[in-house]
Amino acid sequence: MEFSGFLQIAITLVLMVAIVPFLGAYMARVFQFESTWFDKLFDPVETLVYKLMSVDTKADMDWWGYARAILISNLAMFVPVLGVLLFQGSLPLNPNGIPGMTPDLALHTAISFLTNTNQQHYSGETGASHFTQMVCFQFLMFASAATGLAVGIAFIRGILGRSLGNFYVDFTRGISRVLMPISIVFGVVFLSQGVPQNLSAITPVKLTDPYTTSTTTNGKTETSEVTTQKLFTGPFASMESIKELGENGGGSYGINSAHPFENPNPFTNVIEILLLLAIPTSLIYTFGIMAGNKKQGWVLFGTIFLLFVSLISVAALSELNGNPTINSVLGSANPNFEGQEVRFGWSETALFATATTGTMTGAVNGMHDSLTPMAGFVTLFNMFLQVIWGGQGTGVAYIIVFLMIAVFLTGLMVGRTPELLGRKIEKREVALASIIFLVHPVIILIPAALALAIPGVAANSNPSFHGLSQVVYEYASAAANNGSGFEGLGDNTLWWNLSCSVVLLLGRYAPMLALLALAGGLKAKRPVPETPGTLRTDTVLFGSVTAGTILILGALTFFPVFALGPIAELIANQAAKTF
Amino acid sequence: MSTLREIGTGIRVSVFFWIACGLVYPLIFTGFAQIAFPNQANGSLVRNTQGEAIGSHLIGQKFTSERYFQGRPSSIDYKAEASGASQLAPTNKTLIERVKTDTASLTKLNGTKPTIDLVTTSGSGLDPDITPSGAAVQVERVAKARGLDPETLRKLIAEHTEGRFLGIFGEARVNVLALNLALDGLKK
Repeated sequence: MEFSGFLQIAITLVLMVAIVPFLGAYMARVFQFESTWFDKLFDPVETLVYKLMSVDTKADMDWWGYARAILISNLAMFVPVLGVLLFQGSLPLNPNGIPGMTPDLALHTAISFLTNTNQQHYSGETGASHFTQMVCFQFLMFASAATGLAVGIAFIRGILGRSLGNFYVDFTRGISRVLMPISIVFGVVFLSQGVPQNLSAITPVKLTDPYTTSTTTNGKTETSEVTTQKLFTGPFASMESIKELGENGGGSYGINSAHPFENPNPFTNVIEILLLLAIPTSLIYTFGIMAGNKKQGWVLFGTIFLLFVSLISVAALSELNGNPTINSVLGSANPNFEGQEVRFGWSETALFATATTGTMTGAVNGMHDSLTPMAGFVTLFNMFLQVIWGGQGTGVAYIIVFLMIAVFLTGLMVGRTPELLGRKIEKREVALASIIFLVHPVIILIPAALALAIPGVAANSNPSFHGLSQVVYEYASAAANNGSGFEGLGDNTLWWNLSCSVVLLLGRYAPMLALLALAGGLKAKRPVPETPGTLRTDTVLFGSVTAGTILILGALTFFPVFALGPIAELIANQAAKTF
Repeated sequence: MSTLREIGTGIRVSVFFWIACGLVYPLIFTGFAQIAFPNQANGSLVRNTQGEAIGSHLIGQKFTSERYFQGRPSSIDYKAEASGASQLAPTNKTLIERVKTDTASLTKLNGTKPTIDLVTTSGSGLDPDITPSGAAVQVERVAKARGLDPETLRKLIAEHTEGRFLGIFGEARVNVLALNLALDGLKK
């Protein structure tokens, strides 16, 4: 069992790497406006779209213009979505009679999907009508992913000294040439495997072995016979593919990709893992091509790949060793199984958990709250760092910012002017990079401290060390725009909805503006010629320096939280202590 | 570009993609699905000989009678209209107490210790499967309740065991509903 578990992880990783050169090269062609096989199909459509929207495709934007376009269009998407969430009860395509959301929940949900996070404080079956699942969630899954992708591409263009481009053109091409075609193809795959796609109401089915239940209300015990099961279906296959591909992660069902209707078998599970990894991994290669230095792309890719493999190994070993307390009850050695599905088992669950938190997708195929302590550690670690591939578009940008910081640090150490890709890294760059990295701990640790300090707001369901992790996890997930959760947390409260809304907005737009400002500033700089004295950033040595920078800067801030949360939990669990 | 024009473009783009991605795409997809994959699109229903829907091949059901193989414990009692999980941390006392109770009662019921899948709740609460060894520990009990030869049941389990995808991905599993329906279909 051990061997086959690690083998399937290794094969999945090989497939992941195999996709990178193709998708990476394709995206480079799309965003550098080079010809592709699909031009005949897409060119006329896009021309029509630009005409309808009266977008001046020739007008390149400066960084602030690009940022304004993002803010305006995102606001224009937010308003109607909020309206639908509030009034879904009286809108069409609501066969199960789901009522409108409360204002705080609607606000949180709209912001959560707008920011590519898909943190869900409602449950799909009881909280969203079919209409909402389509016009709010599926729409924003495309739109927020395309927004992130556009920012990543504009950032790369800027640091290479090129014009940032036009947001509306990048946004349109991102959807029409990348997100939509791939979503359609894999939507059909998911459909063929059993992910539902209809607009029907709940279907009752007759149970083979009816049973009686008793409920006690006001001291009276009533028994009733349960003879049916109510199957909940909806327009979900079309959502499943963009959910993974766009690193969105918001499930049609409350329990996400652990639900057999969202992830019916091991085949769909591998497809989901590959889809959610495809764009952030490939964008690093895209960067290499656009920079005219594929080696630089591969060095960065390799750096992140090694960190990714190490984290998967930690999570998988931890899940394989299981829960010592349960194993002593059973008198046998078992992997962890609580909150997991038989068809996936420990290795697919550990792999999915690492990939989904690393890429800011936030879909889950097993319950993170019930993961073993070290696997829980890995999920938190990923969201603190935000670069173990990272978010749609923003991931590659953060990785390059880390590269920039590494250049700056080594430059200081060896007494050379720090340069990256022929541009000097100076005060403004380092200040903006610092904003990007400091926003993150601030909007996680301060709200978490408040939630724990104010009596009665934390609503964590598990006791002791894990209870602390639950609270920190929720804010880390919001700040990193991930969206997964330690879902035992009672998070549909005024406190959680409002505080997470603020964290979501800051976690999305503050770094995004800083990235664009950084790109705009570097674009305006005069390039410095490369000399034999220039520090080369496309070497294995420099890759290791970057990895060190990522670990020190990214993880050290959070060390106290690790110690009090997962590490303390690990020690307690190994000593078979319960709380 | 004036501010007003900028805002106008932003709104037009949003409305256009709202209609394209939020309505046109899922609705055309639904139409296609209903024509090309009607069974899967509507929940992979299993029907009895009278044509009544008696479950979904993908969704687990609660089996309590001794005459049937039982699935995994579910924190939502297999209520498919609201999936859910225990969300219990590995160090939570409630989890360990539950595992202890379930282990004791299953040991009594089956005459042998249960496997781990039979005492842990699934992620969805609707897991349709158990492990082949989880089925094996229930064989003696079901055979006795039905007056069948245990060997017949072992063969039936083997027939209903689905291996890893391509022999590599996921884990081997037995669909409990399919196994129990086959059990009901056995000639005495």
